[in-house]
Amino acid sequence: MPETPERAETAPVDDRALVRALRNGEELVFMGLVERLQPTMLRIALMYVQSRAVAEEVVQEAWLGVLKGLDGFEGRSSLRTWILRILVNTAKTRGVRESRSVPFSSLWWPDSESEPAVEPGRFRPAGDPWPNHWLDAPASWDTVPEERLLSNEVLGLVREAIEALPPNQREVIRLRDVLGWSSAEVCEALDIGETNQRVLLHRARSKVRRALEGYLGQERVSA
Amino acid sequence: MACAELVELVTAYLEGALSPEERLRLERHLSACDGCTRYLEQMRTTIRLSGMLTEEAIPVEGRAELLRVFRAWKGER
Repeated sequence: MPETPERAETAPVDDRALVRALRNGEELVFMGLVERLQPTMLRIALMYVQSRAVAEEVVQEAWLGVLKGLDGFEGRSSLRTWILRILVNTAKTRGVRESRSVPFSSLWWPDSESEPAVEPGRFRPAGDPWPNHWLDAPASWDTVPEERLLSNEVLGLVREAIEALPPNQREVIRLRDVLGWSSAEVCEALDIGETNQRVLLHRARSKVRRALEGYLGQERVSA
Repeated sequence: MACAELVELVTAYLEGALSPEERLRLERHLSACDGCTRYLEQMRTTIRLSGMLTEEAIPVEGRAELLRVFRAWKGER
């Protein structure tokens, strides 16, 4: 499937060619890889340590670890997954040294017990002949022209909605939906379980959808 | 299946993580419910639009240092 050049990467660039180029010492390839992964690495490092300065050190240290481990990279996971995992491990080690009070395992736990995907008031209450069915059903976005959907305003809104998420939800939706990483890659990189990842993704997507709905307008449709 | 339940299962559904029975229940509900069909479409559009975002290029901190590190590593091989 052809992809437009501006689109954020979906599948990993041929890993074997990349690794070969890196082992051959190709600087442009290395710096290209750095540029592609740097934002993600920095954002995730910031979840583990206290300051941006420390997060930047963690990222530098992680790249060093990547180079040192490169000969041993066997391709069992994607290169980007492996690199991000090194970043997470480096951040954890550094975070421990800074004696964070919050245990790392809770960083990726959903922040609250439950978080409905849709406000309960949108559904018919108990006692209604159709309890929990739509009271105020979603509108169709089919009538929204594609140009409007892809406009700077709408994409900007999506970006803002993602930025406003709690960090754990934000990073999962960025990796999955913005950057196109697979579920397995995200779980492997962040060292979290499938269900955990899915809950975060679910909550994140629900919030972004809600933000879009608020912006695109909501016809009052009674189901 | 009620609509309030479906909206909580949507992510698992799109991930292919529902059991065959649950998936059947969900799809049966979808075929009879315009509201949920539109909800699923909205969710798909949301995901699609997220995929349209390009990553903001942030200045690579310590670019020169990283290049130095790379060259040093290269030199030692």
